[in-house]
Amino acid sequence: MSEEVSAEILTTHILDLAAEGKRLDGRGADDYRKVTVEPGFVTSADGSALVRIGETAVLAGVKLEPGKPFPDTPNAGVLTTNAELIPLSNAIFEPGPPQPGAIEVSRVVDRAIRAAETIDLTRLCVTPGEKTWVCYVDIHVLDHSGNLIDAALLAALGALTHSTVPAKRFEIAEADYPLEVNHFPVECTFVRLGDTLMVDPTFDEERAAQGRLTVATDEVGRVVAMQKGLVGAFSPDDVKDVVRRAFRHGERHRILAKGGAP
Amino acid sequence: MGNVGAKDVPVLLSPEGLRIDGRKVDELRPMKIQVGALHNADGSAFVEWGANKVYAAVYGPREVHPRHLQQNNKAVIQCKYNMAAFSVDERKRPGLDRRSQEISKVIAEAFESVVFAEEYPRTSIDIYIEVVQANAGTRCAGLVAASMALADAGIPMVDLLPAVAVGKVAGKIVLDLKKEEDNFGEADLPMALVPQSGRLVLLQMEGHMTEEELSQALDLGVQGCREIYEKMKQALRDRYALGPIGGSA
Repeated sequence: MSEEVSAEILTTHILDLAAEGKRLDGRGADDYRKVTVEPGFVTSADGSALVRIGETAVLAGVKLEPGKPFPDTPNAGVLTTNAELIPLSNAIFEPGPPQPGAIEVSRVVDRAIRAAETIDLTRLCVTPGEKTWVCYVDIHVLDHSGNLIDAALLAALGALTHSTVPAKRFEIAEADYPLEVNHFPVECTFVRLGDTLMVDPTFDEERAAQGRLTVATDEVGRVVAMQKGLVGAFSPDDVKDVVRRAFRHGERHRILAKGGAP
Repeated sequence: MGNVGAKDVPVLLSPEGLRIDGRKVDELRPMKIQVGALHNADGSAFVEWGANKVYAAVYGPREVHPRHLQQNNKAVIQCKYNMAAFSVDERKRPGLDRRSQEISKVIAEAFESVVFAEEYPRTSIDIYIEVVQANAGTRCAGLVAASMALADAGIPMVDLLPAVAVGKVAGKIVLDLKKEEDNFGEADLPMALVPQSGRLVLLQMEGHMTEEELSQALDLGVQGCREIYEKMKQALRDRYALGPIGGSA
């Protein structure tokens, strides 16, 4: 049986279950899979975190290097987020240049980090107009079993929260110091399956979904980024419902990113 | 060897004959092998070897992409070796470079020598190696991880492929180079062994050695590979051995 046919049968089954308010793995509509954050997984990085959401696994690494500020923002540092959906993580990915899916993950994560002012970029500036820290956040997906956006931002935040600025190595200061993190944005993704909005979709649920909605919230009660994806539609009431639920899940995941117990 | 002539060359061999991390010349770095470390792949493994951390995943036998590579009499074996941007001191720009492509090629060819590819005509066996933390010897760690991933995927092979690099450091032939030894040593010679036949299916060398030293290096490498082979077999037993009566471990 071809992959396309079995995926279609599974989609029908997932939608049938959703009509009764059920999910394939037995979760309720608002049950998030088990989340773990393991900071410091990679010691060659200046900060890193391995995040698992159920069977999804994402590794983020932070590297800080001296560079030049952009001409239009001479007093600000540079922050770059890059996600790689490598073929190791799922049979659907082919080797080659970044696919639109990887670019979407990178950009949604990047927007949340920027909008929440997670890092005060002016604090990264060494000499205005000449020298600044360039902060690279590289996201490596090891296992794609759904909900990459939430996992990617959580890994990025976990890595940033546990990063050290290598000031001694680059002879910019006498000693290394911890990277200052001011805000803690967390994404929460939902999919529409029939009339139900299910949190934290699996890979198969994403394939069956009639629309995906991601909301990033921070610890001071702000919504900092949103992204509607896949084919499908949401009413304004759907969006309000999702935002309310995103705040509740976000609170728990923020504590995990900081290294605490939920 | 990229830093010959650089200042601050560390002392690589103590007067007592111990290396920068306290190892003897014929001693391997600690190695941990986890078979089945990933969920989605048909077979997978995670290898921690010294300060290297390497994942390998195998998909297949499956349809060949791109289609024109398909062979009617056997499976094609494709390998992609990739390093994470944060795996090295200076951030590596993501994407394929010439070094990664060369390593991918010699690893794929090493496995073509041991996999029974003729059992699966018109398919592809895809090996993905991801280095998330690098400290010299990543191609060997990748080979070991990929061997375990192929075994985990149930792909029939003549044998597993243990691999190790031998080098010349402060005039001495040493086993399993770490980063400083690779950077400041005089030679680097990675190899992969088919233990059952005693033959090498990957062999590269860079640096300078005399004929006598090379012969010594080959013997030391084979000895190292045999030691690693035992660890590899043990890792498979740990994953697949049956437990006491009443179920699998």
